[in-house]
Amino acid sequence: MVAPSLKLQDLIEEIRGAKTQAQEREVIQKECAHIRASFRDGDPLHRHRQLAKLLYVHMLGYPAHFGQMECLKLIASPRFTDKRVGYLGAMLLLDERQDAHLLITNSIKNDLSQGIQPVQGLALCTLSTMGSAEMCQDLATEVEKLLLQPSPYVRKKAILTAVHIIRKVPELSNIFLPSCAQLLHERHHGVLLGTITLITELCERSPAALRHFRKVVPQLVKILRTLVTTGYSTEHSISGVSDPFLQVQILRLLRILGRNHEESSEAMNDLLAQVATNTDTSRNAGNAVLFETVLTIMDIHSAAGLRVLAVNILGRFLLNSDKNIRYVALMSLLRLVQSDHSAVQRHRPTVVDCLKETDASLSRRALELSLALVNSSNVRAMTRELQAFLESCPIDLRADCASGILLAAERFAPTKRWHMDTILHVLITAGTYVRDDAVANLTQLIAGAQELHAYSVRRLYSALAEDISQQPLVQVAAWCIGEYGDLLLEGNCEETEPLQVEEEEVLALLEKVLQSHMSLPATRGYALTALMKLSTRLRGNNKRIRQVVSIYGSCLDVELQQRAVEYNTLFRKYDHMRAAILEKMPLVERGGPQVGEEAKESKEAAKLSEAAPVPTEPQASKLLDLLDLLDGPSEDAQHPLPLDPSPGGALVQLLDLPCAPPAPAPIPTLKVFEREGVQLNLSFIRPPGTPALLLITVTVTNSSGGDVTHFICQAAVPKSFQLQLQAPSGDTVPAWGGLPITQLFRILNPNKAPLRLKLRLTYNHFGQPVQEIFEVNNVPVETWQ
Amino acid sequence: MLDCRSPPHSNTASLPQRGDQGFPSAAAAGPAPPLRATMQFLLLFSRQGKLGLQKWYVPLTDKEKKKITRELVQTVLAGKPKMCSFREWHDLKIVYKRYAGLYFCCAIEDQDNELIALEIIHRYYFGSVCELDIIFNFEKAYFILDEFLLGGEVQETSKKSVLKAIEQADLLQEKTENMYHSRVHWGVRAY
Repeated sequence: MVAPSLKLQDLIEEIRGAKTQAQEREVIQKECAHIRASFRDGDPLHRHRQLAKLLYVHMLGYPAHFGQMECLKLIASPRFTDKRVGYLGAMLLLDERQDAHLLITNSIKNDLSQGIQPVQGLALCTLSTMGSAEMCQDLATEVEKLLLQPSPYVRKKAILTAVHIIRKVPELSNIFLPSCAQLLHERHHGVLLGTITLITELCERSPAALRHFRKVVPQLVKILRTLVTTGYSTEHSISGVSDPFLQVQILRLLRILGRNHEESSEAMNDLLAQVATNTDTSRNAGNAVLFETVLTIMDIHSAAGLRVLAVNILGRFLLNSDKNIRYVALMSLLRLVQSDHSAVQRHRPTVVDCLKETDASLSRRALELSLALVNSSNVRAMTRELQAFLESCPIDLRADCASGILLAAERFAPTKRWHMDTILHVLITAGTYVRDDAVANLTQLIAGAQELHAYSVRRLYSALAEDISQQPLVQVAAWCIGEYGDLLLEGNCEETEPLQVEEEEVLALLEKVLQSHMSLPATRGYALTALMKLSTRLRGNNKRIRQVVSIYGSCLDVELQQRAVEYNTLFRKYDHMRAAILEKMPLVERGGPQVGEEAKESKEAAKLSEAAPVPTEPQASKLLDLLDLLDGPSEDAQHPLPLDPSPGGALVQLLDLPCAPPAPAPIPTLKVFEREGVQLNLSFIRPPGTPALLLITVTVTNSSGGDVTHFICQAAVPKSFQLQLQAPSGDTVPAWGGLPITQLFRILNPNKAPLRLKLRLTYNHFGQPVQEIFEVNNVPVETWQ
Repeated sequence: MLDCRSPPHSNTASLPQRGDQGFPSAAAAGPAPPLRATMQFLLLFSRQGKLGLQKWYVPLTDKEKKKITRELVQTVLAGKPKMCSFREWHDLKIVYKRYAGLYFCCAIEDQDNELIALEIIHRYYFGSVCELDIIFNFEKAYFILDEFLLGGEVQETSKKSVLKAIEQADLLQEKTENMYHSRVHWGVRAY
C-alpha cells in the first residue's frame, strides 16, 4: 500500500527537516510521484492542494512542468479556491513560450466578465504578469470595459493591466487613451496611481500622446500640491510623507511632460520648489520624493535658481548618515558635473570627504566625481587629497586614481616642478598601476625643463636607491640617470638636500636593476642603455661598464643581447663616434601650448608625434638603427604590447578616442595589392607639427583558406626620401581572416616631392612561394603635399 | 582594417566624461525609449542562498531565470553587512534589503529611483508579510504581493486596502469550501 501523500504543511516540514540535499530530493521525488498520480486519476476536489504542493516544490528549484495542464483545469473550475491556486500556478509555470498558455485566454475572458471582484482581480493579475501579445490582443476590449467600472478595486487593476497590454502591443494604445482624462479625476489613490502610470506609458511611446497630455500638467500640479499640503492620512502616509509612491509617480510624469517644453516646465516650477523645500527628510520615504524632485528639476527647463536648489539638495544628501542616500547623491552629481559644474563645485569639500567611504561603490563614485572637479584653482589642494587617497585606497581603484591624478596634473599643473613632484609621488606610491604612457610623459616633461634636470635626477636617484621594484619609476629613473648622470655627481642643487654620490654607487645601482628578477625586460633595456650613456658622462674609466656590456652580449633575452652587442661594437670599433652618439637627446617636439581643452587635443597630437620621433640630423642607416635604440622611452618596441605590436595600431587607437578630434583630415586608406585573398592595405598619417614626416601602416590580411607564412615586405623610395622600416608584427597571417600583420614605415620627405613607393613581397601561400614586386602609384596627394 | 584593439594592460581611463550621460538640459528631440516595468523581478532568499518567492515581470526562460538567480544570490551574499543597498548589475540596478534571515532583492531600470524601490521592499515586508509566512504560507505571500504590485508597477499604496482585499478573498475561499463540503460528504482523505 502506497504511503499517503502529505499535506502541504507537513511536506514543508519534512523538506526543511532534511539534513542533506540528497534527502530533500528523495522526499520531493516521492511526493511528486504522488502528485502525478493524483493528477492522473485523483479527486478534482483536492487538485488545488496537489498543485499547491507542486508549486512549493517548484519554488525550491525542482521541475514542475507536468503541472501546467492542471493549472488550466483549475482556472476553468468555478470554485474560487481552485482559481486562486490555478492562476498562481499559471503565473509561475506558464509563460508565452509555451503554446499551452493561450488556452487560459478563454477562462480569463469569462472571469473578467463575471463581476466577482476577487475573481476579476486574479484574472487581471495573471494577464498583466504573463500575458503574451496574442492574449493581450484577444482581451484588450474586455479590459477596457473594466476601466470605468464602479469598483475601484477592479479599476485600478484594469488600468495597470492596460499598461502591460500597451507594452506588449503598442498599437492598442488608442483603446485606452480616451479613458485617461476621466480617470484623472479619481480620488482613490490606487486608481490615480495606475492612471498616472498609464499616462506615462502612453507618453513615452507616442509623441502625439505626449503633446496631448501636456494639457493635464496644471491638473497634475494641483493633485500633487494637494497631496503635499493637506498633511497626513494614516492610510497612505509613510513617515510623515503623504503617499510617497504617488508623489514619485506624478513627479516622473511631470518630468516627461516638461522635458523640452518651456511652457509646461514653467507651470511646474513653483510646485517643484515647494516639494523640494517642504518634504520631510528624516526618513527614506521623504528622501525618495526629494530625489525624484531633483531628477525632475534637472531634466526640464527649470529656472537657474531651481537647479542650484536641486544641486544643493544633493549636496545635503552627501552629508546624510544613510549610505544609500549618499550613494544616490554621488551618482546624480556625477551626471551633473559637466552641465552644472559651478553648482557642483560648491560641494567639493563634501565630495572629497566621501573618499573616505568604506564601501567601495561609494568611494569609487567619490573618486570619479573628485577628479571631475579638479580645476586650475584647486589643483594643488585636490591633488594632495587624491594622493592621500591613493596611498590607502582599495586596489581596484588604484589604477583609476593614479591615472586621474596624472591627467589632472597634466592639465592644470601650476609649475613644472610641481608637475614633476606629483608624477614622481604617484610613481612611488602606485607605480605598478599607472598607464603605459606615464613613463613617456614624465621623461618628456623632464627633458623639456632644463632647469629641472639636476633636481629630477637627484630625486629619481634617491627614489630608485630606496626601491627598485616599481617598474615605471625604475624606467624613468634609469633613463634620467643615463641622460643627466653628470649632474648627479656634481653635488650642488639648492632644491634638494645635498647628496654625495659616488660614481661607483651609481653604476652599482644600475647593475642591481639590470640583474634584479623584479625588472621587466624593458626596464633592463633602460638600465643597460643608461649604463652605456654614463660611459661618456662619468669621469672614471669605463672598465666596469665595458665589463657589464660584454657580459650581456650573451644574454638570453634577444633585445638585451642585441643592445649589448651593439654597445660592445661601439666601444671596440667606433669609439671615436661614441661621444657623439651618446650625447644628450634632443627634445622631441610636442604640440602647442597646454591650455584647457586645446591641451587635450594637442596632447593627442603630441602623442602621435611622440610615438614616432624624428631624428633631427640625417645619418647613415646603420647609425640610424642605433639612434632608434637610444631613443629610449619613445620607442614603442620597448613596451610589450602583445595584441598590438605595431605602433601604427596604437596611433589609430588614439585617433579613435572620442574626445580627440582628428586633427589632420584622415587620409583615405589605399589598397595596393590583392592576390587570392591576400590583401595589402596602406594607411597614412601625417602627424601635425612634423610636416616632413609620413607614417605608413601596412596591413596584410588573409581571407583565403590557406595560411600565409614567411611574409616579408621590403620597400624602396626615391633618393630624396628617407625610409625607415620598423619590425613587422609577425610573419604569418592565418587563414579565414586571421590576425593581420602590421608594419610601420617612416618616411621623411623634406622636399615635399611626390611620393613614389616600390614594394617587394615574398611569402608562402597554399604551400607555394610567392614573390611580387610592384610600384604604388596612386598615393593620395595629402601624403606628400 | 587596422587592428584597433587596445593592449590588454593599458588603462584607457581619462577624466570622467559624464556629459554624455548627464541630464540633457537642452535635451535631444524625439521620445525617450519606452520604459520597461518599474520592477523587473523580485526575489527572496535566505542567508544560505535558498530561494523563496520569485516574481518575474519580464518573460524569461527557466534557464535564464536560474542563471540570473544564481548570479544575483552570489553577488548579494558576497556583500558585507554595512554596504549600501544598491548594486549595478548588467544594465539594471539591484536594490536589496535584509530583514532577519531573508534577503529581499529587486531589479529596477538603471535610471530609476532607487530610494523608492527601497520603500517598496519595506512596504511589502512590514505592511503585510512576515518571514514565517513566506516560508510556511508561500501562497499567501504571493497573494499579498499581487495586491501590492501588478505588472511590475505599484498598485495600491494603502496597507489597509491590501489587507482588506486579502480578507475578502479568504472569505470567499472559505465560503466556497464550505459549500462544497456541505454537499460532498465522502470519506475525507488527508492530502
